[in-house]
Amino acid sequence: MIVTMAHGSGGAATSELIRDIFARSFDNDVLNEMEDSAVVPGSGRIAVTTDSFVVTPIEYPGGDIGRLCVCGTVNDLLMRGAVPKYLTCGFILQEGADTEVLKRIVESMAATAREAGVKVVAGDTKVIEGNGGMLINTAGVGFVPEGIEVSAKSLKPGDVLILSGDLGDHHAAILGSRLSISNDIVSDNAPLTEMVGNLQADKVNVHTMRDVTRGGLATVLKELAASSGVVIALEEDKIPVKQSVKDFCGLLGLDPLYMGNEGKMIAAVPRAEAEKALSAIRRAAYGEKAVVIGEVYDPASAPAGKAGDLLLTTPIGGIRQLDVLQGEGLPRIC
Amino acid sequence: MIEQYMKYLKEYDGAPVTLMEVCGSHTAAIAKSGIKTVISPKIRLVSGPGCPVCVSPSGYVDQLIHLALEEGATITTFGDLMRIPGSKYTLNEIKGQGGKVEMVYSPMDVIRLAKEHPQTRYVFGAVGFETTIPVYTVLLDAVIAEKLTNLQILTALKCMPPVIDWLCEGGAKIDAFIAPGHVSVITGSDYYIPLAKKYRIPFGITGFQPKELVAGIYGIVRMLEKKEELLAQGEVLVKNFYPSVVTPQGNEKALAKINGYFEPGPAVWRGMGNIPDSGLYLRPEYAAYDAGSRGLDDDRKINQACRCDQVLMGKISSKECPLFARVCSPLSPQGACMVSSEGSCYQNYLNRGN
Repeated sequence: MIVTMAHGSGGAATSELIRDIFARSFDNDVLNEMEDSAVVPGSGRIAVTTDSFVVTPIEYPGGDIGRLCVCGTVNDLLMRGAVPKYLTCGFILQEGADTEVLKRIVESMAATAREAGVKVVAGDTKVIEGNGGMLINTAGVGFVPEGIEVSAKSLKPGDVLILSGDLGDHHAAILGSRLSISNDIVSDNAPLTEMVGNLQADKVNVHTMRDVTRGGLATVLKELAASSGVVIALEEDKIPVKQSVKDFCGLLGLDPLYMGNEGKMIAAVPRAEAEKALSAIRRAAYGEKAVVIGEVYDPASAPAGKAGDLLLTTPIGGIRQLDVLQGEGLPRIC
Repeated sequence: MIEQYMKYLKEYDGAPVTLMEVCGSHTAAIAKSGIKTVISPKIRLVSGPGCPVCVSPSGYVDQLIHLALEEGATITTFGDLMRIPGSKYTLNEIKGQGGKVEMVYSPMDVIRLAKEHPQTRYVFGAVGFETTIPVYTVLLDAVIAEKLTNLQILTALKCMPPVIDWLCEGGAKIDAFIAPGHVSVITGSDYYIPLAKKYRIPFGITGFQPKELVAGIYGIVRMLEKKEELLAQGEVLVKNFYPSVVTPQGNEKALAKINGYFEPGPAVWRGMGNIPDSGLYLRPEYAAYDAGSRGLDDDRKINQACRCDQVLMGKISSKECPLFARVCSPLSPQGACMVSSEGSCYQNYLNRGN
């Protein structure tokens, strides 16, 4: 069936869409109440976040916009040390969208929510003119356990930086699919619930966590260096990137350090806790390739650089000073 | 071996030398390797006119924009070309104003588009040096084979030797050239022999990995040190440090294809002027596939203080331009060298802290 303006009317067609697709897949006690708003239990320190997803194509190697919108919001909650609980979703469908595709997206979203341990408790659907596209907004709620203090401003000199796995997979998968470049790269989109859960269960003293999304590792770490007033030094040889992604980047003139990921995080922990943190991350799903990639320095005692600098030692021992991403990271010409 | 080369380059204390690379991929690779931080300050590396996007004049971009706004026409092109300024706008900006522009990875994608939308006139913005031009010959082969009448190219194609000749003739202070690895795959290393002889200047064909850069730069500096000796022995100052993919003769099949479709003609290099025989244009028998590429010589700066031209000629470094990192940045490029990730100002901007 094809989505028409009637599906956004609030009338019979809307009800049918909600009943046959959304309610069926998301099925849970809170949503099933079908009231104007969801009433959920919970108290304490509440983490709230929202994100909109406009990815093209909506289905890509290794995932789709449904999985992505759950991972993006859940991971944002996790990065503050929160335990994600509830999601809401707003679908903006363009007329011409195929309900079979919508079903697949919603089912993928529901499966990812189950994997991440969250319930989709509220939702909305609108239809706009267009040519079959699909946009999703999600909001998420989580609860921060007592004693957990994780923030982008808490990076301390002496911390080591752990990266949870290979860089660039999501960006390369999307771009490859958009530009019809055949390759075997799949998106890394994944909820990091187990990884963060393990760190908390093992009582690792995590200062900072960030998911390495848009702008890539360099942008995320440059911002962290600036917000914490420290020098961050990385070693290029230690940063894991799959050979297929390296080749893809070489072809298009892209730099894996600036490519987006959807299932990777950076954790800053005191050096003494590095092994403990690595073991917690590595035994979680999506964390088996976790590795220490760099260190945090006090600007006064750093081997080079000044407060806010992000430095990279290259394989030949050269030093690159990295900035945030400039522009949109377009493929180059030759 | 590499450790020895590194040590040599680090401790080099001979005459100060300036090496120019004329390949955008080298500009980016040199910046990414951090090599400038581990070699002697007496070895200066400068970027020449090696980015094909950066050297395309504003008149070319204006023509693309003109076509993008034409009823029923769509421009297709590579990513970097989207951001290069014409006399007023970029293709990106025109896209936001209803211009029809599609970014593609391969020119062959346009064949598919043209077949799917026979009512649309497609124009491919074909920019490039010797490396990229063979791809356009494959595109033309397909256009002819498929009898497509709704696909043309608008070219800004350029060749390396005339501009190197022009730089040397103009007295640029360059001691040697890091010759472009990709271009040389097509042209072969012998391509540089006439210039090496004419100006007694060394050329070293170099790869792009950090270690290949080290090996190439080491080889070039050694050539410079022994230059008089080598010349006295009648040696040619062209060495191939990228023999895994570059041969003396190059890819003769690709060169024959280029010559089949294109002929040399004068071309304007942004900020540098008109250089005779430095461009390639579709031969008259293929004029039907040309969207009007000749005579797009207009070359206006969007900011009169822009000194991209002198940067491209190796006369000043990006930092000596009054606009650099002040009003000119990758987010608001005032000149072409700041547009492409292969542009020297763009790379110098990213590494401006070093």
